[in-house]
Amino acid sequence: MTDLERHSYDVVVIGAGGAGLRAAIEARRQGKRTAIICKSLFGKAHTVMAEGGIAASMGNVNSKDSWQVHFRDTMRGGKFLNHWRMAELHAKEAPQRVWELETWGALFERTPDGRISQRNFGGHEYPRLAHVGDRTGLELIRTLQQKIVSLQQEDEQEFGDPEARLRVFAECTMTEILKDGERVAGAFGYWRESGRFVVFDAPAVVLATGGIGKSFKVTSNSWEYTGDGHALALKAGGSLVNMEFIQFHPTGMVWPPSVKGILVTESVRGDGGVLKNAGGQRFMFDYVPDVFRTKYANDEAEGDRWYTDPDNNRRPPELLPRDEVARAIISEVKAGRGSPHGGVFLDVASRLPAETIRKKLPSMYHQFKELAGVDITTEAMEVGPTCHYVMGGVEVEPDTGAAVGVPGLFAAGEVAGGMHGSNRLGGNSLSDLLVFGRRAGAGAAGYLDQLGSDRPGVGGSDIDRAADEAVAPFAGDGTENPYTIHTELQMTMNDMVGIIRRREEMEDALEQLAALKSRAAGVTVEGHRQFNPGWHLALDLENMLLVSECVARAALMREESRGGHTREDYPLMDAGWRQVNLICRAEGDQVSVDKQPLPIMPTELLELFDRDELDKYMNEDELTALPEGGA
Amino acid sequence: MGYNAKFRVWRGMNEDGELHDFEVDVNEGEVVLDVIHRIQATQAQDLAVRWNCKAGKCGSCSAEINGRPRLMCMTRMNTFDESETVTVTPLRAFPVIRDLVTDVSFNYQKAREVPSFTPPPGLKPGEYRMQQIDVERSQEFRKCIECFLCQDTCHVIRDHEENKPVFAGPRFFIRIAELDMHPLDTLERKRSAQEEHGLGYCNITKCCTEVCPEGIHITDNAIIPMKERVVDTKYDPAFGLFRVLRARSKSKVVMNEQAERAWSLLRSVEDGDVEYATVADQVADAMQQAKAVASTGTVLARLEALDHVEAGRLDQAAEEARVSLSWHRSAQERSDAWVTLARVYDSQERATATVEAVENARRFWPDNPRLRQFAGEDHHP
Ligand SMILES: Cc1cc2nc3c(=O)[nH]c(=O)nc-3n(C[C@H](O)[C@H](O)[C@H](O)COP(=O)(O)OP(=O)(O)OC[C@H]3O[C@@H](n4cnc5c(N)ncnc54)[C@H](O)[C@@H]3O)c2cc1C
Ligand code: SF4
Ligand code: SF4
Ligand code: FES
Repeated sequence: MTDLERHSYDVVVIGAGGAGLRAAIEARRQGKRTAIICKSLFGKAHTVMAEGGIAASMGNVNSKDSWQVHFRDTMRGGKFLNHWRMAELHAKEAPQRVWELETWGALFERTPDGRISQRNFGGHEYPRLAHVGDRTGLELIRTLQQKIVSLQQEDEQEFGDPEARLRVFAECTMTEILKDGERVAGAFGYWRESGRFVVFDAPAVVLATGGIGKSFKVTSNSWEYTGDGHALALKAGGSLVNMEFIQFHPTGMVWPPSVKGILVTESVRGDGGVLKNAGGQRFMFDYVPDVFRTKYANDEAEGDRWYTDPDNNRRPPELLPRDEVARAIISEVKAGRGSPHGGVFLDVASRLPAETIRKKLPSMYHQFKELAGVDITTEAMEVGPTCHYVMGGVEVEPDTGAAVGVPGLFAAGEVAGGMHGSNRLGGNSLSDLLVFGRRAGAGAAGYLDQLGSDRPGVGGSDIDRAADEAVAPFAGDGTENPYTIHTELQMTMNDMVGIIRRREEMEDALEQLAALKSRAAGVTVEGHRQFNPGWHLALDLENMLLVSECVARAALMREESRGGHTREDYPLMDAGWRQVNLICRAEGDQVSVDKQPLPIMPTELLELFDRDELDKYMNEDELTALPEGGA
Repeated sequence: MGYNAKFRVWRGMNEDGELHDFEVDVNEGEVVLDVIHRIQATQAQDLAVRWNCKAGKCGSCSAEINGRPRLMCMTRMNTFDESETVTVTPLRAFPVIRDLVTDVSFNYQKAREVPSFTPPPGLKPGEYRMQQIDVERSQEFRKCIECFLCQDTCHVIRDHEENKPVFAGPRFFIRIAELDMHPLDTLERKRSAQEEHGLGYCNITKCCTEVCPEGIHITDNAIIPMKERVVDTKYDPAFGLFRVLRARSKSKVVMNEQAERAWSLLRSVEDGDVEYATVADQVADAMQQAKAVASTGTVLARLEALDHVEAGRLDQAAEEARVSLSWHRSAQERSDAWVTLARVYDSQERATATVEAVENARRFWPDNPRLRQFAGEDHHP
C-alpha cells in the first residue's frame, strides 16, 4: 500500500487519559520503547473533565481510614459484584499512586498540617478524596503529561532525541488490533488530520480508551467515548464483563437543552449541597434502601451535624451511592414533584456562604453562570440523571491487566471491567486509572521480557483488509448519513436500555440495533480523508453499535436489579445473580453472552464485613460455607 | 424561540481557504459550538473542528469569533444580535490544517523546553508538606486548560513567525512562574525565563490576560512578578526597571502614534475633508503597524469600526463597535463607539436606534466633537 506509515515499538498504549499515560510511564521506566496514541490532542482526554477527586485512604483528615475501609466501601458500592482482587489492589495501592503524583509536581489542596486534604464523597465512609477545587482530573492529567515531558527531556539528554523511547501520536485513531495467530502483533489506524493509514508493529498493546457514553443521548461524556477499546478487544478475541452496568450520574444539567447531560460534580453534595423536590422537601430521606439503613442519617438535623461531627452522626442520604440517588430523582420526577425542566433542585446557595461556594466549586459556579445563566450562590440548580460511566469492560487479570484470552493485549482504566462491580463510587475511577494503569504498563513490560526474541509479526493481508474496511464508507451508495444513525442509536439506548429497563423494551431495542447495524453498513460519507469528522463518525459508529448490543443483551439476560442495572420487571437484588458474571464475546459481528461464576473472595477479606451485612447480599449456601464466627 | 442565524465560517486548507456563508437554526441556550455542530450535521459533514468537553474544561474548541480569540463552547449565542453575522475563523497565530483546526504543535514543543519540576533530593513520596497558602499561587496557574488563546493573541508571535523560536509565550510564562513559586521546586527559573524563554519580548500589553477563559492573571501574577525578580537577580535594579519600562513605553508610543495617525485620517474623512479612497492605503498601513505592537486589536476596535463605516461595510462596523463597547473602559472611547454605531444605524435608516446611540454617546462624553455631525438633524430628544 502506498500511503502507509509504519512504526515499530515494544509497547503501544492506545489512549492518553490517566490510565494510558500511567501505563506508558511505567512501560518506559522499565526500559520499553513506548508509543502513546490518542484521538484528541495530548492532554485533552476525558480524564481532564473529572472534577471531584481521587479516592485514596491516606487518612490525612480522619486517621481511622485504612485500605480495609476503602475496600469495604468499594465492595458495598459495587453491591459485591466487584472482582475482589481488583478492589483489594486498588484500595492498597491508591495512596502510593497519589503521593507519587505529588513528586511529579501535582499540587493538591492541603490540610492545616500541610498534608494532602481529603473531601467527603458518596459511599466513602471517611473523607477520602484528594482534590484540587473541582478540577482534579485536570491536575491529574497535566501532572502525568508533564511527567512524560520530563522523561522525554531525559531521553533528549541521553540520546539527543526526546522521542527516543516515548512518543505521543496525537489525533490518531486506531481501528484494529493486528494479530499473528493468537498473539497481538500491533495495531492499525489512521491520522485524523491527513486520513493517512498507520501501522504499529508491537507485541504488546495496552487499551486505555475510556468509556462508551456517546451511545446515549443524555451523557456527560464527549465524542471520544465511542467504546473503541471495548470493540477492539472483542474483535481481537477478548471478552467483556459486566456490560449491563452503566452508571447514570444523578446530577447532570437539565437546562438549557444544548447542555443537557453536562456533569454537576458530586462535590456539590459532598460539601453540603442538598436535593429538594418542587415542594422544597429533602426527599432523599425517603429513599434509603435497607442495605444502607444503618449507615445514613434518619433526619435532617443529624445529616447536617455530620458535616462537622462525623464521628457521632451519620451522613445525609444525599451521599448515597449514585445509583440510589439517580433512581430517587427519577421517582420524584415521575411522581410530578420535579423541577420545571424535568429534574430536581440541587441547592447549595442556602447552605454555604457565596464566597465559600466560589472557592470550593469554582468551575461549577462558572459553568452555571456561563451556560445556564444561573448564579449558584443565590439560586438552586436544576439537575437530573446523565449517562456517566461504564462499569463493564475488558475482562482482565487483576495483577497485570492482561486481557483474558488474548496474549499481548492489556487493558486499564474505564475500558477494563471488574473493579467496580455493578456500581462505581465517585473518586474511585481516578485512583483506578493510576493503580491499574501502572500495573498494565508493568504487565506489558513483563510480557515482553518473557517473549524474548520470539516476536510476532504483522501480516500484509491483514493490513490490506483493515485499510479496505476503513475506506468503505466513501464507497457507499449514498443513502445513509452517519449523523442520523448516530442520533437514532442514542435515542434507542437512552430510552430503552437506560436507567430503568424492561424486557419488552430491550427486545425492541435489540431489533432496532440490528436494523441500525444493517443501515450502518450502507453509510456514505462526503468529502475526502483529510480531517473529515463525518468519516470518523462512520467508523466509530460500528464500535458503538457492537458495544451497545453487548449492553442490551447482557441487560436483558440479568433478571434482577443491582447497581447500575435496574429492571422494572425484576426490581429486587437477587443473591443468586450475585454469583454470576455475564461475559460478552463476538464472533464476526455476532455477539454472545455467557454466564460465568464470580471469583470467590478469600476469607480474610470476607472477615472485614459483619455477618449481618453479608446476609443482605449472599444466599444461604454461601453463608453456611463461611467459617464459623469469623465473618 | 429559535431563529435563523447567519454564520460565516472559514473553510479550507493552509492559506487558501475562504469564508463560507451558512444560514442555520439556533435554539434557546445554545453556544457557538452547537451551531457549528448543526452546520456539520446538516450542511457540511466534513467541516473540521476540535472539541471535547463542551464545558470549558479541555481547551480544545479555541477559535476566533468575530475576530476575538474565544472558546466556542463557552460563547453563548444570546451575546449576539439576532441579525448579526457571526464569523468563526481558526486561530490566527498557528498554521491552519483545515477549516477551524490549526496546528498547535508549537506549544507542545515549547512545553518540552521548560525544565520539569525538581524536588529536593531525598524527599520521599508521602513526606511532602506544604501550606495551602503557599500552594495557592501556583494553583492559579495550574488551572490552565491549554486552550492557547493567550498564545494566539500575543502580538509577539501572532504576526511574527520569526519570534517563535525565541519566545515561549504567556502559557509557558505561567508554567515557569508556577514552578518558580512551587514551595518545593529547587531550580532557578527567573533568569532562564528571561534568557531562554524570551520573557524580555513581552511588553505587558495584558492581551493574554484579557482572553484567558480561566481568568488567570497571567500578567499581574506571573509575568510582572517574574520581570521584577529578573531585575533583582540579573541586573542592577534601577537599570532593569528602566529597561522594562522603556520596552513597555516604546511599543505603546509606536502603537499610539500609528493609531492616532489612522484615527485622524479617518476623522478627516468623517468630517468630509478628504475622500476615503485617497487615504485608504495610508489608514491600512497605520493600522497594520499599530496592530503589530498592540496584539489582537483590543485597543483598536474603535478604529476598525470607523474604518469599516467609511468603507461602507456596515455589518462589520457594527460588530467592531460593539466589541469596542465591551472592551474599552474609557468613557471617551465608549462614546466614540456609540457615535460609530449611530452612523451605522443612520445609514440603515433605523431612526430610533440612531437616536438611542447618539444619546448614549452623549452620556459618556457630552463634548465629543464627533457628535456635531448629528447636531443639526432631528436627533435631539
Ligand atoms: C464530567 C466527568 C467527571 C468525572 N469526575 C470524576 C471524579 O471526580 N473522580 C473520578 O474518580 N472519576 C471521575 N470521572 C470518571 C473518570 O474521569 C473517567 O472514568 C476516567 O477519566 C477515564 O480515564 P481513562 O484513562 O480510562 O480514559 P480517558 O481519559 O477517557 O482517555 C481515553 C483515551 O483513549 C483515546 N482513545 C479512545 N479511542 C481511541 C482509538 N480508537 N484510537 C486511539 N485513541 C483512542 C482517547 O483519545 C483518550 O486519549 C468523571 C467523568 C466525567 C465524564
Ligand atoms: S502581556 Fe502582551 S506581550 Fe506579554 S505575553 Fe501577554 S500578550 Fe504577550
Ligand atoms: S493561560 Fe489561559 S488562555 Fe493561556 S492557555 Fe492557559 S487557559 Fe488558555
Ligand atoms: S470543548 Fe472543551 S473547552 Fe470547549
